[in-house]
Amino acid sequence: MSQPLAAPAALEHAALPWLQAAAVASLLPHAGQLPPWLTFGCAVLLAWSLTQAMRQGQLPPRWLLLPLVGIAATGIALEYRSLFGRDPGIALLVAMATLKLLELRSRRDAMVLLTLSCFLLLTHFLHSQSIPTALWLLLALWLIVAALLRLQTSVLPPRALLREAARLCLQAIPLTLLLFILFPRISGPLWGLPQDAQRARSGLAEQIEPGSIADLALSGEIAFRVRFDETPPPRRLLYWRGPVLELLQGNAWRPLLASRQAPRIEATGPTLTYESTLEASRQHWLLALDAPGAWPADAELTPSLSLRSREPLHERQRVRLAAHLDYRFNREASPGELQRNLRLPGDSNPRSQALGREWQERIASPRERVVQALQLFAQAPFAYTLQPPILGQHAIDDFLFTTRRGFCEHYAAAFALLMRAAGVPARVVSGYQGGELNPVDGYFEVRQSDAHAWTEVWLAGEGWQRVDPTAAVAPERIERGIVAALPLGEPLPLLAALRTDWLLALRHRWDAANNAWNQYFIGYNAERQRQWLAAVGVATSDWRRWALLLTGGGSLLLAGLALRLLWHRPRRDPLRQEWERALRILARHQVHCQPGEAPLALLARVNQEMPARAPAFAQVVQVYLAARYGPPSPPTAAVTAARQLRAAVAQLAKGNRF
Amino acid sequence: MGLSTVDRVKTAFFRRRRDGSGTIRLDRHRIYILPTGAGLLYALTLFTMLLGAINYSLTLGHLLVFLLAALGLNAMLHTFRNLYGLSLTPAPCAPVFVGESVHFPLRLAAAPGVAHRALEFLPAGGSPVRHAQCVDSDWIALPVPAKQRGWLSLPRIKLASRYPLGLFVAWSWLQPEVRALVYPAPCVTPLPVPLPAAGELASGQEGREDFAGFRDRQPADSPRHVAWKASSRQSAERPLLVKQFAGGARPEYRLDWLACSSGDPEARLSQLCGWILAVDAAGSRYSLSLPDCEIAAAHGPAHRQRCLEALALFPAPNG
Repeated sequence: MSQPLAAPAALEHAALPWLQAAAVASLLPHAGQLPPWLTFGCAVLLAWSLTQAMRQGQLPPRWLLLPLVGIAATGIALEYRSLFGRDPGIALLVAMATLKLLELRSRRDAMVLLTLSCFLLLTHFLHSQSIPTALWLLLALWLIVAALLRLQTSVLPPRALLREAARLCLQAIPLTLLLFILFPRISGPLWGLPQDAQRARSGLAEQIEPGSIADLALSGEIAFRVRFDETPPPRRLLYWRGPVLELLQGNAWRPLLASRQAPRIEATGPTLTYESTLEASRQHWLLALDAPGAWPADAELTPSLSLRSREPLHERQRVRLAAHLDYRFNREASPGELQRNLRLPGDSNPRSQALGREWQERIASPRERVVQALQLFAQAPFAYTLQPPILGQHAIDDFLFTTRRGFCEHYAAAFALLMRAAGVPARVVSGYQGGELNPVDGYFEVRQSDAHAWTEVWLAGEGWQRVDPTAAVAPERIERGIVAALPLGEPLPLLAALRTDWLLALRHRWDAANNAWNQYFIGYNAERQRQWLAAVGVATSDWRRWALLLTGGGSLLLAGLALRLLWHRPRRDPLRQEWERALRILARHQVHCQPGEAPLALLARVNQEMPARAPAFAQVVQVYLAARYGPPSPPTAAVTAARQLRAAVAQLAKGNRF
Repeated sequence: MGLSTVDRVKTAFFRRRRDGSGTIRLDRHRIYILPTGAGLLYALTLFTMLLGAINYSLTLGHLLVFLLAALGLNAMLHTFRNLYGLSLTPAPCAPVFVGESVHFPLRLAAAPGVAHRALEFLPAGGSPVRHAQCVDSDWIALPVPAKQRGWLSLPRIKLASRYPLGLFVAWSWLQPEVRALVYPAPCVTPLPVPLPAAGELASGQEGREDFAGFRDRQPADSPRHVAWKASSRQSAERPLLVKQFAGGARPEYRLDWLACSSGDPEARLSQLCGWILAVDAAGSRYSLSLPDCEIAAAHGPAHRQRCLEALALFPAPNG
């Protein structure tokens, strides 16, 4: 078994597949995130190293690797215009790990590769912290631990190696949980987040042009989840307000951020309280239900009634909000505000502007003009579609008079333009409309496909009034959601396309599981930790008790494991155990084995005193004696003998019951 | 011997660990443990990962870092356990000649229910030996080159293991009290002139070469030596006859310190050693004469061992 040590640092060839499996498991999920040339290059290098390992071939010489490092670094620097920062850093790590696979000569190289793999695992979480990611990473970690084990020992066959690695991982779980719960969480970035941390996500556009929402509507991603404290209001009242777009430039509607007037809201109905969990959108909008009644301290209400948080939402955030569903807003508007919402670019969409002006002359009441416009949409052959035709320079003119096919932002933009031309202050509001109740966990899920645009008009005496021109064209959009509103044959949002009942139920469960994961696990931050510690009676300010809890708990867990590992239990003798069980069964029937009484002598006594059980006991004695005093047998036979004895004793016990 | 200060301090510090020739059981007083270079790299990586997880608010990143940290801490316990409870018993060791290696046998007994894996034995001055696994009990042999004649004690052994993850190294210093005898290196030279009294046989000794008549067969005699022709000529009541030989041609040697060609004592010992081996292989009788001892003429393994021991332990000129 023992052999002189040839070269202690040299790497065994048989350990290579384990290292490669661990490295591939931690590299693979990066494939989609890297520039294609790098993914391809790494794949080629990986394939090379795998075939070399399989053919027991030579590793490439070092002079070949250095230029490869240079090429990778140059390529990454050109691609990202920097070698520093998050994404180029990850790309470099991936390239280095791949090249390290071609340089596995010593155990030291292998340790470096595996440590690098651990680091690569962390970088996956920058892209996703979902359940599947977590599961995949557990698998990768398992492989890494198995590879570490393989470096140290060659006696374990693969299955035993994997089992041993799993045992090590499982034994680490108690301490992991303790650290996870008690390790002080520091919120916020330690240093400034690099610019590329805010990569584009699908979310509300900051400006609306005809066509800008339709892309969003095809995404089944969840934008936010809401739990109402009481009964949820009907779907048609669920307008989640995003930015209000007051400036019209060409065909684009943009928000106005300069105004400082405080909005005046008069609530006319009850207040509705709810908790909203917003996904990281990298934007400021908190998407509160119209109209916001209460909001967290680090958010502010804009003059146009949108809720803005001070910091962009870099991570998932939970906020408590309140809303008034019946309200009046700015009944006395300032002349400046009204003026702003009547402004039209002089040169665009002349036909639409002419139509508006014609209404202004013909119809005295602004309210009637609103009705006139809605009737236009309801009567003319307007269609609701996610695939509107391409529009020209005067987009609204083309839409209103030629194509007449559009999505919510076409209707909102056209309506607001018509109203402004007709002398009614009007603006576009973007946000989300509707949402779907998940029956599994009672959360309202609002997806990107629920993105919507509607309008507000200001009427004297009533203030700003919400008008949703889409409702005039496709009332189903408001009542039942986008899937119901789209005609057959339209491309559907991926998840919304699942109409089968059991698939829908499955989707609800999956969403609920994700939500629970996000709420209780991913959402465990500094604030949650404070709440939790307070619940077990440790104030966060009392750092001494906190530290005591952390170190004391950790020490206890380690001591427990140490005791388990280092306590050498006396080896149990399975034969003796079974024999004693048989004696206990006899004792229950008043046949007591005398001290020093040999098995055969006892059997003779059983034959006399309890003949009914004698055959079963004879079998026990026979197996016991054969195993104990028979010819020496290999260790495997001992296990069989123990099993036979157990069966014989079981037979004896069964005889008892009847 | 030029012991460095460090070595001297080490020896002084570890002296109380020496405990004779019995079984050495590795308990917590004997096992030392420190992180390896890889362990330090691992710790540094974890720290960097923790900073990253905090900076980007990655909950799963925190979890991963904590899981790896817990794994590392547990690995420390596992590495310690990998040595803990292991027993080592030295065994007597066969003598060798200078230039060969002594293979010190060591019996390992595992702690109950524990598989001690990836054990590395590093005898000071010897070559390291790796033992893959010890489940119940095992024998290992630690090779130590024999450079000098005389007693060779098993040097201090470092028993180390990095199992399971290579993040920590646990080690123990062992000093089993076991020694092996090293004979001088044999040197092949022409044999000295045999004694003139060759052919003299001790009574009861028989040769095999020259025919010297018949005698009655005894039950211990080989059937091959039965003289069938001679026996057939005798009456049936007489026992069979066997041929009797007188083996007288083998000379007896006197291996004398003073007869050696070299003046250097060590060279003389080597020459004597070479003579003993040659004469013993030929089956001749020989006597050994050293300045401080005389060994009477005899032959056989016990005699050979006695003579070689006398050479091995011959006092060195300076001591």
